Amino acid sequence: MQSLSGQRGSSAAGLALNNEQSTTSERAEMRADLKGLDTAALMANVMNDMYPDEHGRFGPFGGRYVPETLVPALDRLEAGVKRYLRDPDFLKEFHAELSSWVGRPTALTHARELSRRWGADIWLKREDLAHTGAHKINNSIGQVLLAKRLGAKRVIAETGAGQHGVASAAACARVGLPCVVYMGAVDMERQAPNVGRMKLLGATVMPVTSGDKTLRAAVDEALRDWVSDPNGTYYCLGSAIGPHPYPYIVRELQSVIGREAREQMLKATGVLPDIAIACVGGGSNAIGLFHPFVKDRSVQLLGLEAGGLGTGLGQNAASLAYGKPGVLQGCYSLLLQDDDGQIQETHSVSAGLDYPGVGPEHALLQTIGRVRYEAATDAEALDALAEVCAAEGILPAIESSHAFAGAKRWAKQNPGKRVLIGLSGRGDKDMPTLQRTLLKGVL
Amino acid sequence: MLPRDTISAAINAARAKGQPAIVAFMTGGFPDRISFAKHLHAVADAADVVEIGVPFTDPMADGTTIQRSSRAALAAGTTLKWILAELGAQTPKPKAPILLMSYLNPLLAFGLDELPQAAAKAGVSGFIIPDLPFEESADMRAALEPVGLALVQLVTPVTPPERLAMLCKASQGFVYAVTMTGTTGKNVDLPEEVVEYMQRVKAVSPLPVCAGFGIRSRKQVERMGPAVDGVVVGSALVEVLERGEDPAAFLRGLKAS
Repeated sequence: MQSLSGQRGSSAAGLALNNEQSTTSERAEMRADLKGLDTAALMANVMNDMYPDEHGRFGPFGGRYVPETLVPALDRLEAGVKRYLRDPDFLKEFHAELSSWVGRPTALTHARELSRRWGADIWLKREDLAHTGAHKINNSIGQVLLAKRLGAKRVIAETGAGQHGVASAAACARVGLPCVVYMGAVDMERQAPNVGRMKLLGATVMPVTSGDKTLRAAVDEALRDWVSDPNGTYYCLGSAIGPHPYPYIVRELQSVIGREAREQMLKATGVLPDIAIACVGGGSNAIGLFHPFVKDRSVQLLGLEAGGLGTGLGQNAASLAYGKPGVLQGCYSLLLQDDDGQIQETHSVSAGLDYPGVGPEHALLQTIGRVRYEAATDAEALDALAEVCAAEGILPAIESSHAFAGAKRWAKQNPGKRVLIGLSGRGDKDMPTLQRTLLKGVL
Repeated sequence: MLPRDTISAAINAARAKGQPAIVAFMTGGFPDRISFAKHLHAVADAADVVEIGVPFTDPMADGTTIQRSSRAALAAGTTLKWILAELGAQTPKPKAPILLMSYLNPLLAFGLDELPQAAAKAGVSGFIIPDLPFEESADMRAALEPVGLALVQLVTPVTPPERLAMLCKASQGFVYAVTMTGTTGKNVDLPEEVVEYMQRVKAVSPLPVCAGFGIRSRKQVERMGPAVDGVVVGSALVEVLERGEDPAAFLRGLKAS
């Protein structure tokens, strides 16, 4: 069995190399193309834990592209992150909440029937069992505890599927801060059960009717709210996107998924998985699962984006597959955009993946080839959802079902391998959509 | 004179006449692509500097009015290429210096290699990029420098003193002092703190200072006037155009007679 501490430890030589590279590293040039990148050097930096760098960059991606009003607020947030995210008192409180309130560690489940059907050894990391029903709570409780430490008077959040909204509402109720959640009008309709849950948990839900009325418009509105009160308001961003330090905060708080899963796999099977698979919208659950495996070069990593109805512009939300570099909502990453730099409307049956950008760290991990990203269509995801229900007695979220669709495809091509799937959330919230699709005419 | 210096010169010239300069914002291609040029000339006759907004799908610093005009302009097919072509085709040239206000992504998509020359050729004197803070602006500044185009820096009521001094020093054309924390277009009353804040900006700025966000009325202009060199009027002017009223008459009405 490989030792955890041995894997994580940095040698003195490694640290020295880190410092030397970081002082000589040049600021990435901001271009609308990625020509001339030294991917081998970027890979070496990833393996040396150098990202985000002092400019909030993951290689060329990331940064902080925000209105001037938010710069001091992000500076304070960055200082707070440096002070608290490694602070023993903060971590003690955070871990106590994770174990007694969130219900961590979440289970690792051997999917016996899927293993038989797909001809591989399938394991599920059960974030659907976390409090409020998805991985989002890991991030929300961490950030809301941070907000309290930073003296925030109120917390705002955006939500797509409603899971981050519910998690933030719950965390705010637990910690004792008022919560306002921005949610696109389209998403409020397709994730209606979650709107009621947020209200019961004491949050104010603000319908967003501007822009595309989904997750991206909700982020725009949350940013506008934050610009109006940058001193008193804490913006609890739910995905690994946005201006630095958000992609870093979210990765740090979600990495508990991968750390637990890695340890649980070693305990249950004695070895690491051959592959870890997660769905990717903005990319918070995927970065949380992948990050602790990035240095395990024997473990392949596969992210599944929303392939929607097909490959055409506007038919999907697969930014890594079809996107071009650009700046949206505070960070430089891959975006679904037209030739004039206008952001495209997206389509996915899953509200949580329906976003035209992706976290900057995923853009880097794809660029250097450490993670492979594919798309699963709406139909493939819904088929996978039905199969997981029947085979394992688990109703996964439609988002997570994209990971299952990708896992099935991979398992069939790689028989006998050990597959770890990030089951990011449960599907109860998807009942309105499932009534219209899988169950149409049945109930 | 470098293009960027025409901006400060126009503001200073207005100030010398005892009135704050009027920096007028209009969304490119709005209310429609046909009438845009006619309105542009009318606005440039009445204002001292004209700011043309490049419409973007996600204008996160803007309130509902400019969100609406941006959406309408995009729906009508307005692009940065079109705006530059339209500006370049104007004879005679608009009477006031022209700035482009654009979120970063349309500029990146146009290409930082081509943008400065294309903008200078179209008669543009500089840029305001609301989602490009100074720390991320090195490439943009380097691109604009050879053709002498301004990159205007914004400062806000929550900008700490050291940063305020740094931004004022780094700005070109003028310093854009945002009146409040918030998006564009709200109707703000201007309490004494705002006037004091403008005086703080003036005290450290080597460039003219223009106050913007929420300036809509002659009363506000009169109140801000003594503390600053100019005012930026955006959403209120866009609403005048939406209502089909005369933009020049509105702008002239902002100044004391």
